[in-house]
Amino acid sequence: MPMVAVRHLSKSFGAVKALTDVSLDVAKGEVVCLLGPSGSGKSTLLRCVNHLEKPDAGAVWLNGELIGYRREGDRLLELPDPQVARQRRRFGMVFQRFNLWPHRTALQNVMEGPLRVGRRPAREARERAEALLARVGLADKADAWPAQLSGGQQQRVGIARALAMEPEVMLFDEPTSALDPELVGEVLAVMRDLARSGITMMVVTHEVGFAREVADRVVFMDAGTVVEEGPAAQVLGQPRQARTRAFLSAVLA
Amino acid sequence: MLPDARTLRVVQRRRPGRWLATILVLALLALVIRAFALGQIEWSVVGEYMTAPVILAGLVNTLVMTVCAMALGLALGVLAAVMSMSPNPVMVGVAKFYIWFFRGTPLLLQLLLWFNLALIFPRLGIPGLFEARTVDVITPFVATWLGLGINQGAYTAEVVRSGILSVDRGQAEAAQAVGMTRIQAMFRIVLPQALRVIVPPVGNEVVSMVKLTSVASVIQFSEILRNAQTIYYANARVIELLIVAAAWYLAAVTVLSLFQAMLERRLARGVSTAGRPA
Repeated sequence: MPMVAVRHLSKSFGAVKALTDVSLDVAKGEVVCLLGPSGSGKSTLLRCVNHLEKPDAGAVWLNGELIGYRREGDRLLELPDPQVARQRRRFGMVFQRFNLWPHRTALQNVMEGPLRVGRRPAREARERAEALLARVGLADKADAWPAQLSGGQQQRVGIARALAMEPEVMLFDEPTSALDPELVGEVLAVMRDLARSGITMMVVTHEVGFAREVADRVVFMDAGTVVEEGPAAQVLGQPRQARTRAFLSAVLA
Repeated sequence: MLPDARTLRVVQRRRPGRWLATILVLALLALVIRAFALGQIEWSVVGEYMTAPVILAGLVNTLVMTVCAMALGLALGVLAAVMSMSPNPVMVGVAKFYIWFFRGTPLLLQLLLWFNLALIFPRLGIPGLFEARTVDVITPFVATWLGLGINQGAYTAEVVRSGILSVDRGQAEAAQAVGMTRIQAMFRIVLPQALRVIVPPVGNEVVSMVKLTSVASVIQFSEILRNAQTIYYANARVIELLIVAAAWYLAAVTVLSLFQAMLERRLARGVSTAGRPA
């Protein structure tokens, strides 16, 4: 059974169809990179996986558990918010614009989840948060406010914050797109380490080099559908679809 | 040939207009002070009543009412703001009606309505549980509290709503992504940040609330102004007692303004510290 099973997802925003009948499996420990032009539905797909976005049709399973719904025969009944919130703990999410909480220090950003949601004792939460900040190379920035950190540092705090809930799957939504070019490397390095540690990752990205090096599998999307998927070397090296070839040659030019 | 610039000296331009304006303003000020000094004011009476027990009791009532009415106003304001942003159309409708009604009618009228509630409902309570005569429940204090607090809530709701809207959507999403419920995200992440936008206007409203309590003098709530009036009805020292009341309102507002400045500095944490080393 796949760890994450995405089946027949469709989602529209008004007249705009963001996703049309998208299916995708992610195995335990697998790193899947989602590539594609802006507006191709990659981010919407990711946001449907942890139910930040409610799909119009189709469903997502995590280890066989339906996300966001309860099934009764052939009907999907929406779960109440507290239950959806409990399911979301099993995903860690990293955002394009970091979304650190500016009124909390780096350490407090990382501790907030375990403390308030996980109900861990304060000391344990603090020690774990300090260890996670050290893991992303920011042990000395624990007491800094987000506004005092560079974009790369903020994003690494964001990764530590997501890891703090000990998620089963990490979701990265264009984690380096808002960064100055010289700061992209430090964030990708942290993600590379994570990938090696064996955690399951879904990464929406424009970094073709990162995908080639780290991804087990690459999914190329366009206009709300999956155009092509396969091993990174194949999709990026010998793409079968003309649309994929056109995108890659434009990005790599 | 150009002169040696190092030997040149800048001489300030003469500004006769500035001098003239200063002299005029000072002269006017002197006239006003002289008028008050020579006017029909017994300054010794002002000093005498400054700390009169009745006036101090009025001051305490004013401050207690300010705190109570603002607390009720803030609670109702947050509630109405959250309701008006709810996906449930009934919640939105009720919140909008509340804001429309209480912003749309004069405060004085609302106070009179609360004070005269007994004319509509002679008895209040839940049948079988408890019941009381309305005139016993709706004392001047309770009528003032309800009137000022509920009116304040309608204004605060709009302030709170704009504060919530000023916080980026990504903040709540990040909170939900670590497993917070929508309500947790609102109270732990969104509202604390909205406070930075909410506090300055609410501070202003606290200041006006101190003074608005004086309107309740018409429904016999014994705040500073009403107590000052009670005294001058007896001794006819109208101006002296109005000066006493004015001095206490000013003192209260000044202290509250200092407190507001402290609070704003504290809420700026993480926002205005960008330049400071960690």
